[in-house]
Amino acid sequence: MNLFVIIPAYNESKIIAETIRSVKSLYPNVVAVDDGSADNTFEEAEKAGAVALRHIINRGQGAALRTGINYAILKGAEIIVTFDADGQFEPSEIEKMIKPIRDGECDITLGSRFLGKNKVPFLKNWILKLAIFFTRAITGLKLTDVHNGFRAISAKAGMKIKIRQDRMAHASDIIHEIARLGLKFKEVPVTVKYTDYSIRKGQKISGALKIIFDLMFK
Amino acid sequence: MLIQYILIIAIILIELQTIRKFRSNIVSRREFLFWSSLWVAIGVVVLLPQITVFLANYLGVGRGADLVVYASLIFVFYMIFRIFARQERMEKNISKIIEEIAKKGK
Repeated sequence: MNLFVIIPAYNESKIIAETIRSVKSLYPNVVAVDDGSADNTFEEAEKAGAVALRHIINRGQGAALRTGINYAILKGAEIIVTFDADGQFEPSEIEKMIKPIRDGECDITLGSRFLGKNKVPFLKNWILKLAIFFTRAITGLKLTDVHNGFRAISAKAGMKIKIRQDRMAHASDIIHEIARLGLKFKEVPVTVKYTDYSIRKGQKISGALKIIFDLMFK
Repeated sequence: MLIQYILIIAIILIELQTIRKFRSNIVSRREFLFWSSLWVAIGVVVLLPQITVFLANYLGVGRGADLVVYASLIFVFYMIFRIFARQERMEKNISKIIEEIAKKGK
């Protein structure tokens, strides 16, 4: 099946090449979306052999994913995987993400760090738990993780899902879309490595407040 | 009263700016007329505050000044809403443009 891996990246020049190479060794179609980085993320991504798309100004991860997904659909993708640039995920786990879709079991799979055996930092753990609770209250979907960048989407579902949130709230947006469209989904346990780099680069706790604001008012 | 002088000067300065913006084509004729009549109306209320007392009594608000505050608040919130909606639309359009540029030729 025609598989595309989308990697949104913002100022990830240190690690993007490594991430791309590790994915590319297993899946040839890697699309990196450089979201207006100030460093040479774009050049690094191209050198590593990915199709590199460049946002000339920063529009947020939601916008970068939208660009990547739409591009993949344009190029005839049948399954689209979204993958973080910062090296938190294992490329070898892409296989178990796409299997349920290939088997026609569901339209979309969502990676869950809480189904697997991951050590999630204390505060992050509680904020995510709160987000999971709110998502359940709003959408009625029982999920174990909500802001996980590891997903696989069938092209058919990818065409229907409208990511309206440009910034970080897109992750909740996708789940709202699953509920609205009645898509069949499945959570798959994934490994999330909290390296020094990913913690430094990752979402700060204050980001949660921004997400709530975006969800309420946008 | 002193407050009337201060407010009238402020209104005149704002109106002058409105005229300048209209002359340099930053605001349309429609917008110019809308804002100008608003400032004139506010000027009239400042000079003849009795008008608001009459209106307030008619509407059952009590004091004229209260009526002005209520009306202004509603207006300001509505304007904020309009600006917010317009900005959202602009953000969406920008993202769309950026996406198209990114995909071009790839």
